[in-house]
Amino acid sequence: MTDQEEETIEDIIVARDLEKRFEDLTAVDRISFRVRKGEVFGFLGPNGAGKTTTMKMIQCISPKSGGTLEVFGMDVDAHPREIKGRLGVVPQETNLDPDFSAYRNLLVYARYFGIPKREAEPRAEELLSFMQLEEKRDVLIEKLSGGMKRRLIIARALINAPELLILDEPTIGLDPQARHLIWEKLRSLQAQGNTLVLTTHYLDEAERLCDRLVIMDHGKILVEGPPADLIRKHAGSDVVEAARTPEVVARLDRLGLDYDIAGDMLQVFTDSPHDVARELLEVCRHEAVMVRPATLEDVFLRLTGRSLRE
Amino acid sequence: MIDISSRVRSVWRRNWDAFIRTYRVNFIPPFVEPVLYLLALGFGLGTYVETIDGIPYPVFIAPALVSISVMYSSFFECTYSSFVRMYYQKTFDAIIATPVGIDEVIAGEMFWGATRGMIYATLMLPVLLLFGVVAMPSSLLLIPFSGLAGLLFAAIGMCFTAITPGIDALNYPSFLFITPMFLFSGTFFPLELLPEPIQYFALAVLPLTHVVTINRAITLATFSPINLFNLAWIVVATAVFFLLAIRLMRRRLIV
Repeated sequence: MTDQEEETIEDIIVARDLEKRFEDLTAVDRISFRVRKGEVFGFLGPNGAGKTTTMKMIQCISPKSGGTLEVFGMDVDAHPREIKGRLGVVPQETNLDPDFSAYRNLLVYARYFGIPKREAEPRAEELLSFMQLEEKRDVLIEKLSGGMKRRLIIARALINAPELLILDEPTIGLDPQARHLIWEKLRSLQAQGNTLVLTTHYLDEAERLCDRLVIMDHGKILVEGPPADLIRKHAGSDVVEAARTPEVVARLDRLGLDYDIAGDMLQVFTDSPHDVARELLEVCRHEAVMVRPATLEDVFLRLTGRSLRE
Repeated sequence: MIDISSRVRSVWRRNWDAFIRTYRVNFIPPFVEPVLYLLALGFGLGTYVETIDGIPYPVFIAPALVSISVMYSSFFECTYSSFVRMYYQKTFDAIIATPVGIDEVIAGEMFWGATRGMIYATLMLPVLLLFGVVAMPSSLLLIPFSGLAGLLFAAIGMCFTAITPGIDALNYPSFLFITPMFLFSGTFFPLELLPEPIQYFALAVLPLTHVVTINRAITLATFSPINLFNLAWIVVATAVFFLLAIRLMRRRLIV
């Protein structure tokens, strides 16, 4: 991308040295990033990496401790109401209003944005049909399935026609059908010109949806870029997996190839998988060797390690 | 210092809508409660008491019944009910993701608590009229005054909600603060019967004492200058607890 092009693209979010400190912990440690208009931008990282804290600062509900953060060109501390009025938020925890039906949830939420009833009513109907919830219009929240609740939360986040949608784990705990429907809807929102920022633990989800993403750990951004670039740069094109036997280790050492240990398996990240596989097949049974394309999951685990976080 | 706009209305309106949706159960207590108390205490026990300071016993307790009902409905709305909305339903989190700020959410909750007290007082009034235990038209003043008294108890309740570690701990103020007030605020017997130190204690720290005194002046249509002191006490205490509740809630919810 040339400098000239870069200037013509509008940045929706600009963070410089953004920091969030709690008493005994630095949750976000001087991170910088830009989100461009119209893109889907992902935050990935293990639990406690600082993703949700970053989302909350963007939403103007958690004050930053340091650095600068601008959303729509406005400072988050100075203009929280203006920013919140143009945002749509899908929180990690389902916080739909249990006292109301699906339709009333949307109307009550519209009121918080100061949207007049005559505008809110057709908009609510439209959003219910967009998220395929028309049949559940008058059903109380407790009677909805997990997938329906997530869809309704997305519909609710769209009630103010936001320019930026923030989604914290949008498909957490959903079955494949529900996830695919949500992905389809998110892509159609992007096609309409919306900017989407999301966090996710599902790396296939990030790979499918995100134009660009960052991987965070311990409050810092480790890498940033389009998923395909990150895979190429940090994992290579393919992965050869083999049983972790002394013979395999010896052969890899002799070839001078680096490998990662994953339980009782070894992983070799390489751009020439056939050559590596052929070598390894000479020292172990054929079903113990597997070749597959590298994924974002490989990048994630290589960068953040395999140890459990919580 | 406090960031409040007309958006408070949208928070108040959310609670109003939820209340109306289940209006049948919500409207039962204000009709049933005064009937039960008047029958049991007013006309049952009252047969032996006959009069207090020349006032028939049912007439003496009628304003206390309104005061207690306002206290209970406003205080419990802004303790248990607000806590459920804040902690279990995450309703506050959902609202502050919109242009409505946390100060407005808490203020809206307290105004709703006050409204609930006012609704109860309004519904009790015709029942009390039917029993012939309140004077008219002065008793119409019960309605606006219950809004102020309701706001006081709502604000006190919200302060406890802001500092409580969990919903069970809200039982402490309910039993140690609300229940003693129910009995020792000049409700069912005159304050003057208590030892003098306790009288002063009641006047100093039991808000219901002032509310009952004013409501009794209203239902008997006998106002005295002392009522201005009661009113001033209530206004100042309401302002203090209202601002304190918002401060404490900010400390709890903004992280």
